[in-house]
Amino acid sequence: MLNNNSHKASINSEVFPICLRTSNLEDSSSLQTYLSIGGYEQIQRILKDKISPEKLIEEIKISGLRGRGGAGFPTGIKWSFIPNDSDGTKYIVCNSDEGEPGTFKDREIIKKNPHQLIEGMIIAAYIMGAQVGYNYIHGEIWEEYESFEKALAEAKKANFLGKSICGLGFDFELYAFHGYGAYICGEETALIESIEGKKGQPRFKPPFPATYGIYGRPTNVNNTETYATIPWIIQNGGESFANIGVENSGGTKIFSVSGHVERPGNYEIPMGMPFKTLLELSGGVWKGRKLKAVIPGGPSTPVLPAAEIMKTTLDYDGLKNSGSSVGAGSLIVMDETTCMVSTLKRLSYFFYEESCGQCTPCREGTGWVYRVIKRIVDGKGKPEDIDLLLDVSKKISGRTICALGDAAAVPVLSFIKHFKDEFKYFIKNGKSMMDANS
Amino acid sequence: MLTEITRKKIDGELKKFPIDQKQSAIIAALQIIQTENGFLTDDLIALAADYLDMPKIAAMEVATFYNMFELKSAGKYKISVCTNISCALREADDIVCHLRKKLNINFNEVTKDSKFSLKESECMGACGGAPLMTINNHKMYEHLTPQKVDQILEELD
Ligand SMILES: Cc1cc2nc3c(=O)[nH]c(=O)nc-3n(C[C@H](O)[C@H](O)[C@H](O)COP(=O)(O)O)c2cc1C
Ligand code: SF4
Ligand code: FES
Repeated sequence: MLNNNSHKASINSEVFPICLRTSNLEDSSSLQTYLSIGGYEQIQRILKDKISPEKLIEEIKISGLRGRGGAGFPTGIKWSFIPNDSDGTKYIVCNSDEGEPGTFKDREIIKKNPHQLIEGMIIAAYIMGAQVGYNYIHGEIWEEYESFEKALAEAKKANFLGKSICGLGFDFELYAFHGYGAYICGEETALIESIEGKKGQPRFKPPFPATYGIYGRPTNVNNTETYATIPWIIQNGGESFANIGVENSGGTKIFSVSGHVERPGNYEIPMGMPFKTLLELSGGVWKGRKLKAVIPGGPSTPVLPAAEIMKTTLDYDGLKNSGSSVGAGSLIVMDETTCMVSTLKRLSYFFYEESCGQCTPCREGTGWVYRVIKRIVDGKGKPEDIDLLLDVSKKISGRTICALGDAAAVPVLSFIKHFKDEFKYFIKNGKSMMDANS
Repeated sequence: MLTEITRKKIDGELKKFPIDQKQSAIIAALQIIQTENGFLTDDLIALAADYLDMPKIAAMEVATFYNMFELKSAGKYKISVCTNISCALREADDIVCHLRKKLNINFNEVTKDSKFSLKESECMGACGGAPLMTINNHKMYEHLTPQKVDQILEELD
């Protein structure tokens, strides 16, 4: 078990589960449990009262909901891009490919509250006029893939999916699709290629998926957490959601806390909570040690030193003002013993390994960066290596088909910015500053 | 020839896609075949391609692109350990060292008795349970300690 919510809720009433609201209940993932908290009532109300898609989109805009997959694009606006006049099949896709180190929230939604995700997707399908949906689940969480298949079967049997949902005349089919080990498939056009049965290589944009997606049809891709939030917003109104968070950051967000804390796990909290409070919720830095640094949103967001993150609130503006970003809400906590040079080496290897190889700056640049950092860690670094790393990274950024190239540069630039002395020390002494006394 | 059971399973996957888009089932088909056979051979990949009416080279591209496919004979139990940052911070290295010593193999090697193979893996999207590993792709073991690893391996015949 990753963690449990009952435990969290009792520590601090500030935890506010929306996506994970069944977590405390027995048999949290079952249809019965979801029905017991009013599940699938929103889609029935929408269909019965024939509430217009425009009205629903308006509600989502008011909620301030921004995509939870990393880029933070306003969901209401995104949904109005899908052409509602086109004939033929339209698709919606749920992106559960999370594989950016430190990210494990979507897994918990699928495991604990799959029906809320399904209802969110049905509502989205109704709004955008989509007939078919896929939930793309990365292959490493196989047990969740299988449990999601079960949830789909349950929903289908109860006529929440399929032909004329609840006898109310709206058809929607939803399927589970599994990846098999490729981080890049989280990029939405790579994911679409993967669903078409190809290598997951991102497409040139435009055209965007909204007009040219799966099999060339209009397709909307959102993150798991984004869809799972929708039923609550429709039930309680956009304003209630916006009121939970802070200005520009509506509602709750799941933060996945990993690394050097006493209780790693997922914490769904109101946006705007001070980082300090979340650190307390997760038991503080482990082994009684001091905090050194935190990557707040996954490795594609800049690392922040302890002094900075301890002043920061967890919301789009708060993290931006601190020089980082919410990303996918993947907080990686590092204690005072962490060697930033070796940590950067592992991250650089990740981007090198996961580059799909289509663009020269990304393919060659990520390999180059990794080899230079490896050379430093092997004790063979040269004084000019720091500038070389900065230079190569800057040359990858902004010159690639997808954002993986930009992401790869982020840790290099931010680690060196904040911990340059450690890099210099390693190069000069051939060993980590953390091993200084040995 | 693909067995009757394999074909049935692939047919189940094909129901998810339009009839003229069989290729969409290639990842699933290769997964099903690999799960039965332990790894993929060129012949098996060709059979999958034929079954889905797609070029063999396109199926081969998929088999080589996605990391969870095995193109070489793996151990009866393939152990994949995540060594990415959240796991590394929680001492995944100790787990790797322990497994290396215990099995007397390095990453990408198979034990002499063909029982185990060891792989290094990227983030598995389960970092709250670090350190962790999977066995034969589909079963995950979290919050590992060397003792727990011993126990898990002992239970495998
Ligand atoms: C390299 C790369 C990996 C990505 N991985 C994911 C992912 O695992 N999950 C996700 O939701 N979005 C991921 N994204 C972002 C998606 O492309 C897309 O923006 C997102 O799914 C949109 O959903 P949202 O608006 O609800 O956030 C990734 C982007 C890039 C460039
Ligand atoms: S930036 Fe990297 S991962 Fe993205 S398309 Fe180019 S080579 Fe592939
Ligand atoms: S870093 Fe190991 S599962 Fe994410």
